[in-house]
Amino acid sequence: MGYEFDFSFLSSYAPDMWRGVWLTLGMTFVSIVPGFVLGTAVALARLHGGPWLRGIATCYVEAIRNTPLIIQVFWLFFGLAVLQIYIGSFVAAVIALTINVGAYTAEIMRAGFQSIPKGQVEAAECLALGPVQTVLSVQLPQAVERVYPALVSQFVLMMLATSIMSQISAEELTGVAYMVQSFTFRGFEVYLVIAAIYLAMATLLRIVLMGVAQVSFPRRRRLRTPL
Amino acid sequence: MLGLTIEQFTYLFRGTGWTVVLSLLGFAGGTLLGLPLALARRSASRTLRLLSSGFVQIVQGIPLPVIMFVVYFGMSIGGYNVPALVAAGAAMTLYASAYLGEIWKGCIQAVPKTQWEAGECLALSPLQRFVHVILPQAVRIAIPPTVGFMVQIVKNTSYSVVIGFFDLTYSAKVLNNSTYMPFTVFTIAAVLYFAICFPMSMIARRYERRLQRT
Repeated sequence: MGYEFDFSFLSSYAPDMWRGVWLTLGMTFVSIVPGFVLGTAVALARLHGGPWLRGIATCYVEAIRNTPLIIQVFWLFFGLAVLQIYIGSFVAAVIALTINVGAYTAEIMRAGFQSIPKGQVEAAECLALGPVQTVLSVQLPQAVERVYPALVSQFVLMMLATSIMSQISAEELTGVAYMVQSFTFRGFEVYLVIAAIYLAMATLLRIVLMGVAQVSFPRRRRLRTPL
Repeated sequence: MLGLTIEQFTYLFRGTGWTVVLSLLGFAGGTLLGLPLALARRSASRTLRLLSSGFVQIVQGIPLPVIMFVVYFGMSIGGYNVPALVAAGAAMTLYASAYLGEIWKGCIQAVPKTQWEAGECLALSPLQRFVHVILPQAVRIAIPPTVGFMVQIVKNTSYSVVIGFFDLTYSAKVLNNSTYMPFTVFTIAAVLYFAICFPMSMIARRYERRLQRT
């Protein structure tokens, strides 16, 4: 095999790659919070809502979880373009990611809510907490604590999934890679480097989110129970 | 029908066929590689454990489209001008094996340790213990998450569009470019994916409930 590796493109395209990294991370962080809020709301709707609300929430979760993200993105992006609504690829990507991760978060949070012992809710009732208070200050913190590792994995997967946004011409890391590849004809090297960057970002994101857990779950830290 | 001609529908169905082919290829390859991987993760040898967990960590930390590109370009510098199906199949194999190996490792672990010990008391050899005692119990536990992951495989074959593999997503994209009816085309594509994935999701859930009851 007479192939000579050539990584010389790195120096000249490093700024582009940096921009790609930032855009990828930007998409991820902007989508995490609304995705989590949406998912929690849907989980609560499926657990406590009336039959209509429950039906709609279930349809949403099943529809999203059983179709590929890329079809959802195309539907949204090209669909809005036909309706003469131009929102740009970043906004379209964030909306699609939020809707997508919301459905997965809903399933995770539902499991979290269901795992809370009944005694907790009864105790809250004895303390004269209203239903909203019970959910927000008793059930939600405990549910998040229990399913946190699953949530972290989901958000890391979402970060990896942003790589498909180059298909709607977002200039995130994979999009930059494609551009560099088409200029240098060094496809293999380019994507090896990109793969290493993604690996580093996934590891970093996991560490950061686990660090957030250390700060936000003081009870766990005091009890020294691992997540 | 819905503003599309019969030919255009046939085109989408052809893409669907290739999605199914790639999914089966990914699942078969993933099983072939994932099973030894699951065993290596639980092996007595430290090197094997480190190597296998390293492989899993790496594959799970790289987006599937990037894996597709690496495999695609990697094969072509080896001097092979491979069809997209081969590259996509190889990438799906790597991806599926990392996840399936991890799932099955958990299933083997979920069999209580006393079962190994009981096997030992019956003077079964390690291989016999694994094949006759552990495996049948592990397989029962493994069915729901494995079927659940097959849904992921089918959905994620859509990423092969990046290397130009002709699957359902690719055919929908081409059709949209020529008809300019994104809502119709992508809704039909979504319905087709849903028709493949939803029954499997239901089967996974039903098996899971059955397992919980026993």
